Amino acid sequence: MIRFELPSLGADMDEGTLLEWHIKPGDAVKRGQVVAVVDTSKAAVDVEIWHDGVVAELLVQPGQKIPVGTVLATLLEAGESPMAGASPTAAVAAAVTRRAVSPSARRRARELGVDAERLQGSGMQGSVTLADVEAAAHVATAAPASVPAASGAIDRAQDMRKAIAAAMSRSKREIPHYYLSETIPMARALAWLQQRNQGLPVDERLLPAVLMLKAVAVALRRTPELNGFHREGRFQAAAAVHAGVAISLRGGGLVAPALHDVGDKSLAALMSELTDLVKRARAGSLRSSEMSDPTVTVTNLGDQGVETVFGVIYPPQVALVGFGRLVERPWVVDGSVQATPVVCATLAADHRASDGHRGALFLAELRELLQQPQELDAPAPATSTSQASSP
Amino acid sequence: MSRTISYRQALAEALREALQRDPRVFLMGEDVGRYGGTYAVSKGLLDEFGPERIRDTPLSELGFVGAGIGAALGGMRPIVEVMTVNFSLLALDQIVNTAALLRHMSGGQFSVPLVIRMSTGAGRQVAAQHSHSFEGWYAHIPGIRILTPATVEDARGMLAPALADPDPVLLFEHAQLYNMEGLLPDEGTIDICSAKVRRAGTDVSLITYGGSLPKAMQAAETLAAGGIAAEVIDLRVLRPLDDATVMASVRKCRRALIVDEGWRSGSLAAEVITRINEQAFFDLDAPPARVCSEEVPIPYASHLEAAALPQPAKIVAAVHALLGK
Repeated sequence: MIRFELPSLGADMDEGTLLEWHIKPGDAVKRGQVVAVVDTSKAAVDVEIWHDGVVAELLVQPGQKIPVGTVLATLLEAGESPMAGASPTAAVAAAVTRRAVSPSARRRARELGVDAERLQGSGMQGSVTLADVEAAAHVATAAPASVPAASGAIDRAQDMRKAIAAAMSRSKREIPHYYLSETIPMARALAWLQQRNQGLPVDERLLPAVLMLKAVAVALRRTPELNGFHREGRFQAAAAVHAGVAISLRGGGLVAPALHDVGDKSLAALMSELTDLVKRARAGSLRSSEMSDPTVTVTNLGDQGVETVFGVIYPPQVALVGFGRLVERPWVVDGSVQATPVVCATLAADHRASDGHRGALFLAELRELLQQPQELDAPAPATSTSQASSP
Repeated sequence: MSRTISYRQALAEALREALQRDPRVFLMGEDVGRYGGTYAVSKGLLDEFGPERIRDTPLSELGFVGAGIGAALGGMRPIVEVMTVNFSLLALDQIVNTAALLRHMSGGQFSVPLVIRMSTGAGRQVAAQHSHSFEGWYAHIPGIRILTPATVEDARGMLAPALADPDPVLLFEHAQLYNMEGLLPDEGTIDICSAKVRRAGTDVSLITYGGSLPKAMQAAETLAAGGIAAEVIDLRVLRPLDDATVMASVRKCRRALIVDEGWRSGSLAAEVITRINEQAFFDLDAPPARVCSEEVPIPYASHLEAAALPQPAKIVAAVHALLGK
């Protein structure tokens, strides 16, 4: 019997709402298959399953809000018969933690139309009390007059703001950031891109952002202490580079879903994946694996008109690489000043996992890699350890 | 004019008044006459009313409680003093099987207008056999009314309505209250059917009776200093219970703590909590809680005895737990 649990789709997610099942009892599922859509505060995410099997029972109904770790469904493994074990329903139901809401709070919440399950409890054992409900109702009635026809979109924006606030507060509270920056000449990279893009249809042309992403992934092989997670008091390096790409959303807020195995993919593949990822992020249909496992974040504010960006690390990651706008600046080449396109690359890194010296090596490596763009387009070297880490 | 008197004096005044008012009233019990009562409540009454009406009895609770029942059936209004609740066990058959049931067994032909007074409770280092709190037990029995005066006013005022009741009434005087002094208001009717709010509050209902009332009041004072407004309910009448007063308080405060010197299991506290759950569940912000005596024979050693009984500090701690503090 396999228990399929709601995965954490990012460090800032504690719960999600099941929107829809793509499977039903009796269906055979394959590893990696999208089986459900779950709404987080950030997006509707396609949740993939990580076992082959046959669906035995769906334990959560669409519309239910459940905490991370809740068993969503049970699966039978190959050869397992449905009667092999006792029905897990009872045990599963008990395992789902129910928010303690006092009887009076529950009744009042219904009267006031407040979702008591979502409130912070101030009562015995953290339970939600009548006063908590009335305070929440008070806040809710004090605010909304100015908000025209409260819609799901507004809730989403507020929830996302809250989620970002939580993750970024945690970052600045827990992570001792250090910052480095390096101005990188981009003349060769741009010339190579221009040449490579010649004659290609618009949708196949490479953007500088893709070159930078790939360069980051390759450079991280030399400095693995910038790629991974700080968890349970220690750094755990990740085997592959899944780059979280910061994508700002049209309605405000941002997400940073992962491009997987960036170091091992061709630039063309990365370009099409990036295009797809941005499109889906803005449409609000990301996959659970993309949300849950970026090992480093890359933010590129290039098209928004600033030269330098110093990022806030997304916990439990340990580094964030930023790229500013591509600008022409006077640059000394072979003893003479030339107008040269440059980009400012920055590193915000977790001092618990690495030191400034290693960070500097990373930026220097990044600079050198971008001077040999053709090398970045080469197939993955065999030495790379590209085992996709299974979530 | 209101005046300050002791609980003992209040009881004595009530007895004297009853004896003066109604020639059918008489007092009997162990040492109530020449000795003046084990707790000195009937001191001087023998001289004032004579041996016909202030009667010393042999050490036979079964016998003299039975005699009291007979006198009541015969038209008298006897007040029987059983020295302590501990000795009332010897008279259980008369109290439970006879006094409480005769109205029913006689098809309503006979009633038993009997008042039985007894001391109850622990806290004076008289060891396990003399420290029982069985008023909760008696409250289990249909057919009798159970009173627990916990204030000077009730000590003074409960006897008259008890005597007026056509059925048996048991009055439990907590032994630690006899020396307590309090303000006795001028006039005012004392009923024997309602619970009373002794201190108003909004955050938690402390529901108690008898010897635990002063402890609950003290705890409420401590809690007030910490910003918690406890409401103290004195049950006064353990049977029949005044549900309305209890529920009104619980509905307001949304949390209830019962303080009961009886042992937890099967206690009066258990009954009150059950009623709260039956009648006010949807008004609660926390599960009803209780501070009772530890389930041990009440120890003789002073520090162990204190540890076994409800105390203000235990009440305060239980309230903090209820409020999640």
